[in-house]
Amino acid sequence: MFAYIIRRLLYAPLILIGVNLLTFALFFVVNTPEDMARMQLGAKRVTPEAIERWKVERGYDKPLLFNAAAEGTDKLTGTIFFEKSLRMFVFDFGRADDGRDIATEINSRMGPSLAIAVPTFILGLLVTISFALLLVFFRSSYLDFWGVVMCVAMMSISGLFYIIGGQWLVSKVWHLVPISGYGEGLDASRFLFLPVVIGVIAGIGGSARWYRTIFLEEAGKDYVRTARAKGLSELQALFRHVLKNGMIPILTGVVVVIPTLFMGSLISESFFGIPGLGSYTIDAINAQDFPVVRAMVFIGSLLYIVGLILTDLSYTLVDPRVRLE
Amino acid sequence: MMGFQPVLLWTDLLLFGLLGCIVLAGWAARRSEPMLAAWRRVGESGVGMVSLSLLMLFLLVGVLDSLHYRERLTPAAGAPMAADDRRQLSTEVRSALDAIAAPLRTRLEKTYSAPLAYSLFAKQTIEGADGTQRREFPRLKFGGASLQYPADDHVGDILGRIGIGLAVAAGLWLVCAGALVKGVAISRKVPVGAAWRAIWRGKGGLEWRAVLLTLGVVGLLVGPVAALATEYHVFGTDKVGQDVLFLTLKSIRTALVIGTLTTLVTLPLAVALGIMAGYLGGWVDDVIQYVYTVLNSIPGVLLIAAAVLMMQVVIDTHPQWFETAAERADARLLALCFILGMTSWTGLCRLLRGETLKLRELEYVQAARAFGVSTARILARHVLPNLMHLVLIALVMDFSGLVLAEAVLSYVGIGVDPGTVSFGTMINAARMELAREPMVWWSLVAAFIFMFVLVLAANLFADVVRDAFDPRAS
Repeated sequence: MFAYIIRRLLYAPLILIGVNLLTFALFFVVNTPEDMARMQLGAKRVTPEAIERWKVERGYDKPLLFNAAAEGTDKLTGTIFFEKSLRMFVFDFGRADDGRDIATEINSRMGPSLAIAVPTFILGLLVTISFALLLVFFRSSYLDFWGVVMCVAMMSISGLFYIIGGQWLVSKVWHLVPISGYGEGLDASRFLFLPVVIGVIAGIGGSARWYRTIFLEEAGKDYVRTARAKGLSELQALFRHVLKNGMIPILTGVVVVIPTLFMGSLISESFFGIPGLGSYTIDAINAQDFPVVRAMVFIGSLLYIVGLILTDLSYTLVDPRVRLE
Repeated sequence: MMGFQPVLLWTDLLLFGLLGCIVLAGWAARRSEPMLAAWRRVGESGVGMVSLSLLMLFLLVGVLDSLHYRERLTPAAGAPMAADDRRQLSTEVRSALDAIAAPLRTRLEKTYSAPLAYSLFAKQTIEGADGTQRREFPRLKFGGASLQYPADDHVGDILGRIGIGLAVAAGLWLVCAGALVKGVAISRKVPVGAAWRAIWRGKGGLEWRAVLLTLGVVGLLVGPVAALATEYHVFGTDKVGQDVLFLTLKSIRTALVIGTLTTLVTLPLAVALGIMAGYLGGWVDDVIQYVYTVLNSIPGVLLIAAAVLMMQVVIDTHPQWFETAAERADARLLALCFILGMTSWTGLCRLLRGETLKLRELEYVQAARAFGVSTARILARHVLPNLMHLVLIALVMDFSGLVLAEAVLSYVGIGVDPGTVSFGTMINAARMELAREPMVWWSLVAAFIFMFVLVLAANLFADVVRDAFDPRAS
């Protein structure tokens, strides 16, 4: 198993290099820095000098891959690829277009992102699993049928409507919590309440239906029937056997998400005005702030790879039959 | 004389091509007994037929909206009338839906008005004939314009129109039902009465009863809406006075294009790479797995955002490529489909790779290999046909996700062109209106209803298709 983890860890940089090359190609080869400068500056002020100045200010005035004019190792390091892409491996993300340091910004915005994502994740998991177990407990009854119908209906509603509807009902009609904003310390909880509740509700539809299928499959297996035959009540069978074994496939989908919780949820953060990484990304996209988008792509894929490795490990923890080789 | 020239935008071409392919594939599948049996199971399911008829109605609107043309301009008064093919083309690209719903498109109000209203939503200062100024709700230019005493006649007029609409819808439904029953009677070679009784009791083959029921319910809703739309703005008007009903109808095409054309990219990539990785193994497998792990590890929205931002730069720096604004918006829509496709083929590819790995070890494939059948032929004859059900299920399941994704992406600002009407742009615009006091809720509700019905129908249909085609489902 140790060897397996080492191999996975060695595979990770390889994937990151792939991500890096892909983003590099997207941001610098498909469009030259000239194109970007022209768009950022707007149609009116495009003079060759202005473009040149823009490039120098942001460090885009170097060759893409190979700097023939430089000396020694500078031939490779004095390039856009090295300065803008490879530096990310040491978490040097450079500056955003507005001149702020991206790494500091990410550090300060991680807290709010986690404050909304972690409760949503944990509560969401609890609620959906309980709901799915409830449906399985009452399987092939009207409750089960209408529960599934509700799940399909809830799946068919765009996440945007949950947020807009929730803001309208809870904040505007009932005046329970502020519509948007963020506070420090305990004060934050009144801003976090609504996004967390909406995040949980919006996630019920798809996940609960999926979990129900998993639990149903498990509940039909022989060992569960044996458990019932030897006198376990339905509830005991559900919690002792079905839930435990059903968790294995659920873990695959869930563990991979845990590291990416740092990234925040793009949409709800920007709707609720929470100064996290999600709204940071959205603002960057809207302002066409390419350095920020590049940095977020890099961090996102890094976290995803961590999630993949964690998933593999969690398998061995919950299922002793699985041996990583 | 209104001359016009048909215009074939890229998305139209691909959409019709795709429809043609589906028809051809359906024709080819007639020979395949398992395929036919699976489709029959879809047709025998009530939910399947209800969702399929709803999807067909949406498709009808989408196809009408894809028949594009450009009008020829009438020359200025006094100028000699040139021959039809010499006159200048209008820069505006219209569609058949625009022509059918011309009253909806052209009756622009000043600004917001509530559904079925006869006056604007906000008070304005109006100068009377004697120079005095009053603050009141001005009458709409078109909505309820024929009412002489709106305060008294408004409700009665609306009820009357609803009645007319219901009557027309009932008549049309009877015609449709009659034609359907007659068709069933001919195909089953039974008298019309017997066919009607069989359909009514839901016996014998396809669930036509569900289709009739759906058409009936849709008719009950569409009839009054259509009757009211001749005089009122059924879903109100938006900030610049456009009819919201018209905007929602236009959104359908965008949703359909994104939901279907994306598969044109995902399908070849996923099928070709998935089969190659699974069957050939070795370094090919390693490379393909590496590629999709890299693509997968980038968070979807960010990858799409990066690609869309880059595409915008390309489109903005090459204005000479596009003759009309519609062509540019269309190019952006197509590019969005392409980008969505490039980022979403990995799931299906992994699924197909796994399935091919299993198929490769089956006896008949090994026998074919032992007989010296070429790899290409084995793949085409023995592997691909046995993967088709997975491909089909994945495609149908993806559709609703893509429609939902479009709304989110347009909200983030990396979706369709701002000039393209779509559910996402509508929701985005409506969000600002919610902050108004009193609230402007109708465009949001209209977008919600249409999107919900479309996605729900797609989800239900996907479930039925999966149950019918998945051999593991009992």
